[in-house]
Amino acid sequence: MEVQVADPFIELRTGPGRGYPVTQVVERGATVAIVMRRTDWYQVRTEGGIKGWVHRRDMARTLEGTGELLPVADPSLVDFTNHDWEFGLEVGDFGGANAISGYGSYSLNESLSTELHLSHILGDQTNQYIIDIGIVHSIIMPDVKILNRFTPFVGLGTGVLRLEPKAQFAQQLDSRTDQIAYVGAGVKFYLTRQFIARAEYRWHVVFTNRDDNQEVEEWKAGFAFFF
Amino acid sequence: MESRIRIFLLTASAALALASLPATAVRAADADPAADSVPSGDTEEQDQPPVIEPEVERRKVKVPKIDRENFEIGVFGGVINVEDFDANPSYGLRLAYHISEDFFTEATIGQTTVSRNAAEIFFNFDLTRGERQFTYYDVSFGYNFLPGEMFVGRKRAFNTALYVTAGVGGTRFAGDDEFTIALGVGYRMLVSDWLALHLDVRDHAYRSSLLGLEKVAHNLDANIGFTVFF
Repeated sequence: MEVQVADPFIELRTGPGRGYPVTQVVERGATVAIVMRRTDWYQVRTEGGIKGWVHRRDMARTLEGTGELLPVADPSLVDFTNHDWEFGLEVGDFGGANAISGYGSYSLNESLSTELHLSHILGDQTNQYIIDIGIVHSIIMPDVKILNRFTPFVGLGTGVLRLEPKAQFAQQLDSRTDQIAYVGAGVKFYLTRQFIARAEYRWHVVFTNRDDNQEVEEWKAGFAFFF
Repeated sequence: MESRIRIFLLTASAALALASLPATAVRAADADPAADSVPSGDTEEQDQPPVIEPEVERRKVKVPKIDRENFEIGVFGGVINVEDFDANPSYGLRLAYHISEDFFTEATIGQTTVSRNAAEIFFNFDLTRGERQFTYYDVSFGYNFLPGEMFVGRKRAFNTALYVTAGVGGTRFAGDDEFTIALGVGYRMLVSDWLALHLDVRDHAYRSSLLGLEKVAHNLDANIGFTVFF
């Protein structure tokens, strides 16, 4: 893919970052070939075969073969409520124990999505592993400044919890695998580009084979990115 | 008790289903504007021929397909010092995603096998084969705080960055998982545009009472690794 320089000149750096030195300048009218992109930087090759890195804002003022400006659009607030995939990581508290969980989400439509969470619960007496799937309903906020950066959501789901006691509690507690279900609510906040912060609360029920079911509250927060 | 939970879950799911209905209905209405405009064709305005036929061709903005290389995947090997249990060879995998030129997120998983050591002899116990496995993972934020160049001889220069990482994770050792804080510093040298060499030192700290005394165990991992960008 080749573009023509429309600015008086563009600067080529040795690396994809503002700290790397400028070693080459390409003048207006010359063409450069785009090799690849890393974060906000494009690697280009000049007609003379020299490679260098150009920032996105400079590339936005180069022309495609059709004479139009090169579109360098990035994911933005518009995509925040309208994307297919989302991957994230959260850390928090699960009934007094540390919880680390990673998740993937796929949007069915603007407000409904399905999620798969993998959680590792690290407690004083036990280690627990949870895999659960759920359905999430996002509440689309009005398109008003600040407000449109938030997306509250509610969800529910079910999964499996594996509990293993720590070595020193092995005599008092048994390893077991139980079904688990939850209802929850949370909020996502749009940070920048395709990045979001997310916090949520979940109320879990562990269906044990004892007389009583166990109820566990979970709080967690983290970050995610969408595609 | 049981029925209360059932009712709660059922109510929640019913509410969720209802809440999603209006959105679907609105979408259906949006999708069919042509149907509404057909009957209005009989109005007077529509009878007159338009003065100028618009010949505006909408430009299709086609975002060109440019190879994006923001992910980094690779392997590492080195030495990890498992507190109280000697230093042993470690190896693992690293996956990173570069958010910007300054920040990245990274996930690593590594492993070592603790050999027979002084702690076992002194405290007179034996770790089983499974308990000797020391497995650790972490998910971290990284910050490239000193980008630069490294000069090798007269003609070669490589891009480098000194970075710091901070994250959380888990460590499995002696049959237990422990919540772990991982702090590290690393040096990345780009051998080519797609291949990087890493030198990384990371402390995996967790609370342990394995030898009877509750304390924070620091496990320092020093390793060298290769990653490829994709």
